[in-house]
Formats: sequence, C-alpha cells, structure tokens
Amino acid sequence: MRTLSPQVLGVLVRRGADFATAEDAVQEALIEAARHWPDDPPDDPKAWLVRVAGRKLIDAQRSEAARRRREERVHDEPAPGPTEQADDTLLLLSRCCHPALSPASAIALTLRAVGGLTTAQIARAFLVPEATMAQRISRAKRTITGERFDTPGDVRAVLHVLYLIFNEGFTGEISLAAEAIRLTRQLVAATSTDAVSTADPEIAGLLALMLLHHARQDARYAASGELIPLDEQDRSLWDTSMIAEGVDVLQVALARERLGEYQAQAAIAALHDDAPTADETDWPQILEWYDELTRLTDSPVVALNRAVAVGQVDGPRAGLAALGDIDPGLDRWDAVAAHLHERASDDAEAIRHYTTAADRATSAPERTHLIKQAARLRAAREDG
Amino acid sequence: MAKYLLLKHYRRSGPEHVPGTDAPMDQWAPEEITEHIDYMRRFADKLTESGEFVSGDALSPEGTFVRYDGEGRPPVTDGPFAETKDLIAGWMIIDVESQERAYEAAAELSAAPGQGGRPLHEWLEVRPFLADPPATAG
Repeated sequence: MRTLSPQVLGVLVRRGADFATAEDAVQEALIEAARHWPDDPPDDPKAWLVRVAGRKLIDAQRSEAARRRREERVHDEPAPGPTEQADDTLLLLSRCCHPALSPASAIALTLRAVGGLTTAQIARAFLVPEATMAQRISRAKRTITGERFDTPGDVRAVLHVLYLIFNEGFTGEISLAAEAIRLTRQLVAATSTDAVSTADPEIAGLLALMLLHHARQDARYAASGELIPLDEQDRSLWDTSMIAEGVDVLQVALARERLGEYQAQAAIAALHDDAPTADETDWPQILEWYDELTRLTDSPVVALNRAVAVGQVDGPRAGLAALGDIDPGLDRWDAVAAHLHERASDDAEAIRHYTTAADRATSAPERTHLIKQAARLRAAREDG
Repeated sequence: MAKYLLLKHYRRSGPEHVPGTDAPMDQWAPEEITEHIDYMRRFADKLTESGEFVSGDALSPEGTFVRYDGEGRPPVTDGPFAETKDLIAGWMIIDVESQERAYEAAAELSAAPGQGGRPLHEWLEVRPFLADPPATAG
C-alpha cells in the first residue's frame, strides 16, 4: 500500500488533477480497498486503485453543471491494465520539490506524497507535533495549487531536497537517510528510461554519495552517542556491499564526463571508503577532488574541508595557511583549526580552538567529541 | 530546519529595558494583561499554522532548587529566592528555516502589548538546540 499510493497519486496528477484533491481521492480509494480486497482481491491492485481513485476524484469535482461531463469522463476512463510508473515518480518528485516551496515544506511534502509516509511518522521524524507537520504539508499543497506541471521540472531542485532529507538522517522509527536513498533510487529508475544522453549524471552521483556515506553509519557513533571521526572509526563496521554498489554507480556516472558537485563529493567519499586504514587514505587524490569541487561550487564548507586535505598532503602549517583565507565565523572552522594546531604540536592553541569549537558545535555528539579532545590535550600537558 | 528555544526572562541580568516598559505585570490593568496573553496565544496559533510551532508554556515565577543528598536521604531543597536575577517567565520552542527567521519570530513575540497597549520591547533569549550531525560530515 505504501508503495502503491504514491504511484496512483502520480497517475492522477499526470492526468491533470489538482494535487490536494487527488490525494484525498487516493485516500478514499484506499479505504474502499480495505473494505473490498479481503473478499475480492483484484488482479492488478494498482489499476484497481487508479480506477476507483479516478472515480472518487470525479465525484469530488462533481457539480450540477458538470454532471453531464462527469458521466462522459467515467465512460471514457481507460480500461484497467499496466500503467507506466517511471515518469509519474519524476513528475511527483518535481512537483513536491517545486522551487516555490521552502526546503522544510518540500521535504515534508516529498516524504508524504512520494515516500508514502504518514503525517504522524514525518512529524515524529522531525520531532514536531503532528498538527504542526499537518499544517506544513497543507501549506505546501496550497502553495503549489495551480502550478501546472505537464513536464518534469527542475531535476536539480529535486536532488537538493533529497540531499537535505538524507542529511536530516534521524534514526528511530524512520531513518530519513534510508528514506532518501529509497527515493533517490526511484528517481534513478524513473530517469533511466530516458535516453542515456539526456539524464543528468548528477542523479546517479547523488545516489552514490548517499550510499558511500550511509555505508559508514554504524561506525559513526560510540555507544555513548559520541561522534567518532573518520580516522578513528572501526572500519570492519562499514557496509562493504553498500560501498561496492556506491562505487559502481559512481563509476558509471563519471564515465559520462559531465562532472557535478554530487559526483565530486561521492568521489571523495569513495576514496575514504576505499582505504583499509586511515593512514592509507589517498589524500593527494582527495585534494585533487576538492580542487575540482572548488571549481564547481564556491561553498565555504568545501573550502574548509579542502583545508583539512591540504593539511594532510602538505603538512599542518600549509593547512593553517589555507584556513587563514576562510571566514572564521563558519561552523567547524575552530574544529579544523584545533586539529591542525594539534598536528603542528601547538597544544595551547589547539586546546583554545577545541574549547571554542565545542561551544559553537551545532550537535550534541560533535560537542561531546570536541570537549573530550580539549580535555585530553589538557591532561597530557599536565602529565608532561 | 532547526529548533530554537525562546526564553522570556521575568527579572534578569541581561540587557537594559527600553525606558517605560519595565513595570511588573501586577501593576498593569487587567485588560492590558488579557491583551498581552491574547497576543501570545495568537502568535502561537500563527506559528502552528505556518508549521513552525513545537511547544511553549508559561511558568510560575516561584522556583525551588533541588539537589540529591545521598543514598536513602530525601532531596535537599532551597529557595525560593526573591532576589534571583534570572527567572524564566515562559518559553516557546520553534522549528524554523534559519536563525534569521528565529530572530524575526522572537522580535514579534517581544512586540506583545504591555501597559497602554504599547509594545513591551521585552528581551527574549534565543538559544539554538543541538541537533543531529549531518550524515555527510564525516
């Protein structure tokens, strides 16, 4: 049911139905299904739902003036049969990720309409009351009412929303990271029916990026909830089959020779995943990819991560020089400075930056990790 | 999206009040208090409708300090302290797109009417919640 309802919604929306009305019709069809299927299961559940939801939709739009037209349309309803799925998914995703929506609304609507999650599940994932999430979703629907999409919209906007969902990553009843991977897989499947020359290789690049990061998920936290940095992670906990899949997806994308930032980020993640130990990480190649990424995006976060790579390749002083060109107001700037000062054996500065970084941390696991770094260096100084 | 705690300080050691807006609420007219409370309720309703409200409540100004005092012993209590500088009168948690939006919402709450229906210009402390780290950070 969870996979069928977005598909049915996609068909109705593609036929030109208003989004909110179509969703109500699908809900009503699901209720009918729950009533009838136990006694009389259909051969093709999706076609059954499309047919019934289509009727509900038309019922909803009925008025005295439109009665005659309604009867004609019911009469013209296509016979049940296989319905193509690919371009419906793409159409639904581009509608849910419409640039007119705020990221929060786009995320909520995507999880609801394409992911098939309930409003309560989405609310729990974001730790907000269900009423708040219901409002977010209905505002999003209102915003895109009247926006007509007869062709799929901006794929880049869709990729951005999927990337944001992945990064929310709450685990609990719903892992948003896993959910984002599922949706991105659907998008890859939907676009792979395109001529290979037209589909954006960044779609596969994003899927590869997610797989290559998600493969490390089980190694990222200590039992205490503290964040474990990449170089200290237990690599035997990494999911090797997920890494292998990510590398395969990435290589196919890179072969298309239309590089984008998701592919470049995935390449960096792949190089980290590929090292048997932290010491064997191919930092020179990672730095090359950061240089590439810098050409593709002027993101200060990229510049900050590049400074870490410079520190690994050319030494901590070179890393600090690269850091000097970056705005110190940036999140994690002090964390990077602390790490580079420590490697340059400048413990006093390292302690100072670790402490500042802990105060400025935006997540509890990160803050715990940074406080412990400062405490560890302080204890070492007192012992020595 | 990120969550922020908006703290209304009752008496505090924070920045100075705008002159003429620091009369305690028990010196206001009853209808002024009603209007103030109504404003905050409407504000919460508006944030619920925009999908930004998480929770909120008013707190009694009476606070007591409580401490563990060892195995098998009752908790130690102390207070209330009439002279406490930082009493929290109420709080609200919002979940918004940006820090800018959090400040904008706090400023709107600070404009709640006080004596004579004039904006209170009350200071609100805005504290970001620590969240999960992003999945791509390392």
